[in-house]
Amino acid sequence: MTNELPPGLALQKVDERIMTLNVGPQHPGSGHMRIIVQIDGDYIVACDPDPGYVHRGEEKMAEYRNYILNIPHLERPVIHDSCNVLYPYVLGVEELLGIEVPERAKYVRVIASELNRCIYIMYWLAIYGIFLGHSTMFMWPAGDRELLIDLMEKMTGARVTHAHFVPGGVRNDLPPNFEDVCLRQVNYFEKRIKEYAAIFYDNPILIARTRDTGILSRQDAIRFGTTGSVLRASGVDYDLRKKEPYDVYDELDVHTNVMKEGDSYARSKIPWLDMMESCNIIRQALQKMPKSGSVRVKLKPNPKGKGLDTVYKRVESGRGSLGCYIVSDGKPEPYRVKLSVPSFRNLIALPNLLRGEKLGNMPAVYWSLNYWPVEADR
Amino acid sequence: MSSDVKTTTVDAKPEVKSPPPKPAAKKPEEKPVELPAFEKSISDKIIEKFGDKVEVGFVKEDRVRINVGKENVHDVAEFIRDGLNYDHAESVSGVDYPQDNEIEVVYHIGSYSDSSLARQILVLATRAQRETNPIPGNDATRLPTLRDVFYSVEFHEREIFEMFGVFFEGHPDNRRLLLPEDWADLPPLRKDFAIKGR
Repeated sequence: MTNELPPGLALQKVDERIMTLNVGPQHPGSGHMRIIVQIDGDYIVACDPDPGYVHRGEEKMAEYRNYILNIPHLERPVIHDSCNVLYPYVLGVEELLGIEVPERAKYVRVIASELNRCIYIMYWLAIYGIFLGHSTMFMWPAGDRELLIDLMEKMTGARVTHAHFVPGGVRNDLPPNFEDVCLRQVNYFEKRIKEYAAIFYDNPILIARTRDTGILSRQDAIRFGTTGSVLRASGVDYDLRKKEPYDVYDELDVHTNVMKEGDSYARSKIPWLDMMESCNIIRQALQKMPKSGSVRVKLKPNPKGKGLDTVYKRVESGRGSLGCYIVSDGKPEPYRVKLSVPSFRNLIALPNLLRGEKLGNMPAVYWSLNYWPVEADR
Repeated sequence: MSSDVKTTTVDAKPEVKSPPPKPAAKKPEEKPVELPAFEKSISDKIIEKFGDKVEVGFVKEDRVRINVGKENVHDVAEFIRDGLNYDHAESVSGVDYPQDNEIEVVYHIGSYSDSSLARQILVLATRAQRETNPIPGNDATRLPTLRDVFYSVEFHEREIFEMFGVFFEGHPDNRRLLLPEDWADLPPLRKDFAIKGR
C-alpha cells in the first residue's frame, strides 16, 4: 500500500527522552498481541495496541460453510467460553430459520453458559494472578477450574470447545444423575472461591498495586462503548441477562454486580463476584428445569433462511456483551457473519487507561480489562 | 415409470442453471401488520426529522433499521445521539454487495445512559460505492466517519478499512489493525477475495 514502515517499527523521534517499546506479540505479559508504548523514564506517555497476531478469519470462513458446519469453528475465538461465544450465533440462526426451542433445552443452555462463564473467569483470574506475581493465585483457580471442566465433560463430552449449542437446542441431553453432581460441585466451588478473598482480594499488596491505577470514569466507559466487567466496574448497571433476557433468564433471579471506582481493583473484583452470581443462577436453573422432555428440535439436513434477512442477537458472555450479526440471502450458507466481541470493544479503553501510568503497572491495567486477544482478533 | 423420472430431471435442470437470486438489500422489507409501538415511535421521530432522506428498513421488537445515504449519515447519527439518547456503537459491520457495486456499512447503536433504551438497538446502514480494483484511500470507496459522533466506532472503522477497503473521511487513524503489515492482496472480506480450495 505505502512504503512506510509499519507502526512501531518506524522510528518516531518525538523527543530525546521518549523511548518506543514493543511489548509483545510474543511477550508473555501481553498475550498474543503487541502493545506499542512510548515511555518517558518509567511513565507511559502514549500507547498503541496492535492486535491481529492470531487473526484467523473466522468471519470469512463462516461465509463458506452452512449454518450447522459453522458451529465448531465459530466457538474457537474463546475456547474456555465456547458456549457463550456460540450463543448469539445460535440464537440468531434460530430466529432466521424460525425454530422454537424446547423448554428443557433452554435451561440446559443456561446451565452450560454459566458453567462456561466460571471456567473462563477462573482461567483469566489465574493469568491475572501470575502477572501480578502472585503464583498461588495462578495455582488455585487453575486447580479449582477442573471441578467445572469435569462437569462440562460429563455434559458435553469435551473438556473445552464443546460445540454443544446447536440451532434448535443442545446436542445431547444431560447424563443421568447430572443434577446432583452439578449441585454438589457448584456448592463446593462457591465455597472455594470465597476463600480467594483472604489470599487475593483482601491482600494489601494486591490492593496497593491495583487501587487507583488505570481509572476509567463512568462517562468514558459509556463513551468508549465498553462492556461487561469493565463497564460495570465503572458504575454502569448493565447486564444483558437482566436488560435483554434471552432464553429463560427472565424466569431466573439475576443480580448485577456494580462497583463505582472504575480502577483496576474494581475491574478485577467484578468477575469474581460474577462467578458467585453464576453459582446462584445454576442452582435456580437446576431447580426450575423440567425434569424430562426433548432438548433438541430435529432440523432439515441443510436449513436455509427465508430470503434476504438480517438478525442481530447478543448475549452476556464472560467478558461482556457479545453480538452476532447474520445476513442471510436464502442460501444454506450465511451471506455474512459478524461477531462483535467484547474484547475488541474494551480494547479502545486501553490507550486512555495506560497514559500516565508506570510501565510496571501495565500488566495490572491490561489484564484487568478482561481481555482475550484471540477473541479480539477472531 | 421411467418416463416420469425423465420428465422430472428435465424440469429440474433449468432450476440448477438459473443464476442464484441476488440479495436486493435496498428493497424495503414488508411491514408486518402490527408494529411494536415504542420502536415505531423511534423510527417516526427520525422520519419526522429527516423526511425522505432516510428509509426505514424494518421495525421489529427491540430493533429498528434505518437506511440512509452517505451524505446524510453524519447528520442522522448526530440526531440519534442528541435527540434520541443513544450513546455508543456496539458493532460496525461491513457487508459486500458486488452485484449492486456497493459496500454496506451497518452501525449497531445502543444506549447505556437511557434505561428505556436498554433493550433497543438502532441499526444505521449506509452504502459506499465499490471499486473493483481497490486502492484503499485513493478511490471512490469513501464514507464519512462517525468517530466524532460515537467515539466507540474508532477500532471498528479501522477494521472495516482494512477488511473492505472503505476509507473513512475524517477518521484520524485510518491504519491497518488486524491484518499483517505486508498484506498486499484485496481487502479479505470482500466477496471477490476467495479462499483457496473453496
